[in-house]
Amino acid sequence: MFKKLFPNKILSLTNKTINSLVLFLVIVLIVGLIYSLLLSPPDYIQGDSVRIMYVHVPSSFIALGCFGLIGLASIINLIFKIKFMPMIGKSLAPLGCVFSLISIVTGAFWGKPTWGTWWVWDARLTSMLILFFFYIAYIATWFFIKNFEKANKTSSIVGIVGVFNLPVIKYSVDWWNTLHQPSSITLTSAPTIHYSMLTPLIIMFVGMTIYSLIIFLMKYKTEIIKLKINKKKDFK
Amino acid sequence: MLSRKVKSRIYFLIIFFILVSLIIFLTLKSLEENVVYFFSPSEIYNKADISFDKKIRVGGLVKIDSIKKNNTSINFIITDLKKEIVVSYSGLVPNLFSEGKGVVAEGKLKDKKYFIAEKILAKHDENYMPPEVTKALENSNN
Repeated sequence: MFKKLFPNKILSLTNKTINSLVLFLVIVLIVGLIYSLLLSPPDYIQGDSVRIMYVHVPSSFIALGCFGLIGLASIINLIFKIKFMPMIGKSLAPLGCVFSLISIVTGAFWGKPTWGTWWVWDARLTSMLILFFFYIAYIATWFFIKNFEKANKTSSIVGIVGVFNLPVIKYSVDWWNTLHQPSSITLTSAPTIHYSMLTPLIIMFVGMTIYSLIIFLMKYKTEIIKLKINKKKDFK
Repeated sequence: MLSRKVKSRIYFLIIFFILVSLIIFLTLKSLEENVVYFFSPSEIYNKADISFDKKIRVGGLVKIDSIKKNNTSINFIITDLKKEIVVSYSGLVPNLFSEGKGVVAEGKLKDKKYFIAEKILAKHDENYMPPEVTKALENSNN
């Protein structure tokens, strides 16, 4: 699986693979959206605003997961100096950045009718905003630093430092009093979401993960092609 | 197997990880007062250096049968099932504000048992259920 990400392998990624993934995505999203917007019940106190969760929770997961992968790629990159590692990070960053923004914005839309406010500076919301800034910083290093080696090093350091924020986001609701509720789905105990709401949530999560995978593969392939073109230029 | 260069980079990163974790831990620990979004009634009861002119937030559950409304203001009790604080507030409360549910009040303490709120936020818990299930749960409890 991982070997498929090697530069020479990724170039053999054809439109056919992408198209079949897109078809799968469309089916999962249609099922997920119908389930979450029409079939699933409203919540006993939140009412219909619970449906925001079906976008909010998967977005937050993907935003955290993408940065986790960026961090991992940055560590491997700094230790072993593998050329395609930064390309993985570079391809994941815009994706995670957008999803962290979606998470924050949908959270605000949910917070207004539920809590009575768009935004509070509690630990969970603030640390999520910091994650968004880390994404911006990571993207900015690639955008503004023109020298490849320099950009590579700086962005890897940003990626590694940002990883420390991830456990803070995850456990902020357990470590401190926050306005944000604790996780409903945990590894240790039964989920506190009724199955009629858990099922559409899982379907939406699968759908959005496939979407992220498609975007990542396409972007990654482009980055590898760009890298190869630049290399050729250097030799001339 | 690993070359000396690679090894030294690994050692560097391990030390870097330990140091940054320590820095973050110590920073968050010392800022704990500011990181917590609200205090529970017990925490306020136990706090020695509490200020009565600074804005703070109190959070907990709205005690059942404690909401008293009159024309302009609303009084209720915030409890954490150990200690209680009486809250007085004039203004609109969020839709989800109700007895037995979570709440965070922002305002100033009059004394350790009485709180004057300027803002009320409803706190949602981690339970998500369809209305029918809640009804079924209530019926089975009765």
